[in-house]
Amino acid sequence: MGYYKLLVMALLFVSNFAMAQGAEVEMADAMRSNGKIYVVVAVLVLILAGILFYLINTERRLGKLEKELEDKK
Amino acid sequence: MEKSNHRYSLQNYLLGIGLSVAIITYLYIVFKTSLPTPLKWGAGVMELAIAWAIVKTKCWRGVAVGLLLFTVIAGFLAEAPRLIVVNESIRNLYFHVPMWFAMIIILFVSVWHSVLFLKKGKLEDDIKASEGAYIAFLFGILGLFSGMIWAKISWLKAWHGDPKQMATLIGLLMYAAYTILRGSFQDDMQRARISAIYNILAYPTLIVLLYILPRMSSNSLHPGADGNPAFGQYDLDANMRVVFYPAIVGWTLLGVWIAWIRVRIKIVEAKNHGIL
Repeated sequence: MGYYKLLVMALLFVSNFAMAQGAEVEMADAMRSNGKIYVVVAVLVLILAGILFYLINTERRLGKLEKELEDKK
Repeated sequence: MEKSNHRYSLQNYLLGIGLSVAIITYLYIVFKTSLPTPLKWGAGVMELAIAWAIVKTKCWRGVAVGLLLFTVIAGFLAEAPRLIVVNESIRNLYFHVPMWFAMIIILFVSVWHSVLFLKKGKLEDDIKASEGAYIAFLFGILGLFSGMIWAKISWLKAWHGDPKQMATLIGLLMYAAYTILRGSFQDDMQRARISAIYNILAYPTLIVLLYILPRMSSNSLHPGADGNPAFGQYDLDANMRVVFYPAIVGWTLLGVWIAWIRVRIKIVEAKNHGIL
C-alpha cells in the first residue's frame, strides 16, 4: 500500500514536467485577467519617470552652472 | 531656443522618444512579422539610419527615456515564453542582462579615455575614465544583486558558488579596489596615471572573468557553461528579442547619461578650484 502511494506521488511529480509546455506552466494569467498587472506596470513607470525627471532636472541645473562659469570667464 | 542648448529642449526629447518608437517598430518588423526577407533587411537599414539621426541630432537622452519606458511597460505586458521553473521571472532578462551589457560598454569607453589620458595627459580624460568606471561598477552591483534575486527563485539559493557569480564578484572587487586606489593619491596627475594603468589592465581581466572562465566551467548553472550556446541567435524567443534589444540600448544610454552628468559636475568643480 505504501509503495502504491509512492508510485502515485512519483507519477504526479513527473507529470508536472511532462505537461510543462503550454497552458500548464504557471504564469501570471490571473494578474492579467483581473487587470492587476497594470498596477504593477503603473508603479514601475511612476518610479522610472521619477528617476528620469530627477535626472533631467539635475542636468538643467548643471547646465545653468556651466553657463555661469562660462559667463564669469 | 539657443543653438548650444537645443539638445536639452523639449523638442529634442520628443524627437528622441519618437525615434525610440521607430527603433522598436523596426525591431518588431524584423523579429515578429513574417514579411519577406528584403523588407526585413530594409528594416535593418532603417535602424542604421535611425542611429545616424540620433548621433546627428544629439537626441539620445530622449531615446533613453523612450526605450526605458518601453522596457518597463512591454517587459511586463508583452508575451513571454511559458517556461518551467522560472515562470514569469524570465522577464528579468530585460533587467539583469542589460546591466552587464551596459557595464562592459561603459567600461570600454572608460578604458578608451584612460588610454587617451596616458597619451595626452589631459585631466578631462582622467575624469571621464574614472566616472565611467564608477558608473560601470554601480551597474555591476545592480547586475549581481538582480542575479542573486533571480537565483533565489530559480536556483533555490541566492548564492551557491556558481562559477559565474564568483567570477563576477571578483571582477567587481577589482573595481572597488580601483576606487580605493584613486583615494590613496594626493597629486592629481599621479592618481590619474596610476589609475589609468590599473583601469586598462582590469578591463581584459574582467572580460576573461565574466565571459571566458564561466564558459569553460562545467559546474555553472548560467546559460553558456561547458561550451553550450549562451545567447545564440537561435535560442532567444522572438517575443523577447523585441524588448531585450531596446532594453540593452536603454539601460546603456541611462548609464552613459548618469556618467556624463557626473563628468560635467567634476569638470565644473575642477575649473572652480583652478585644477583644469
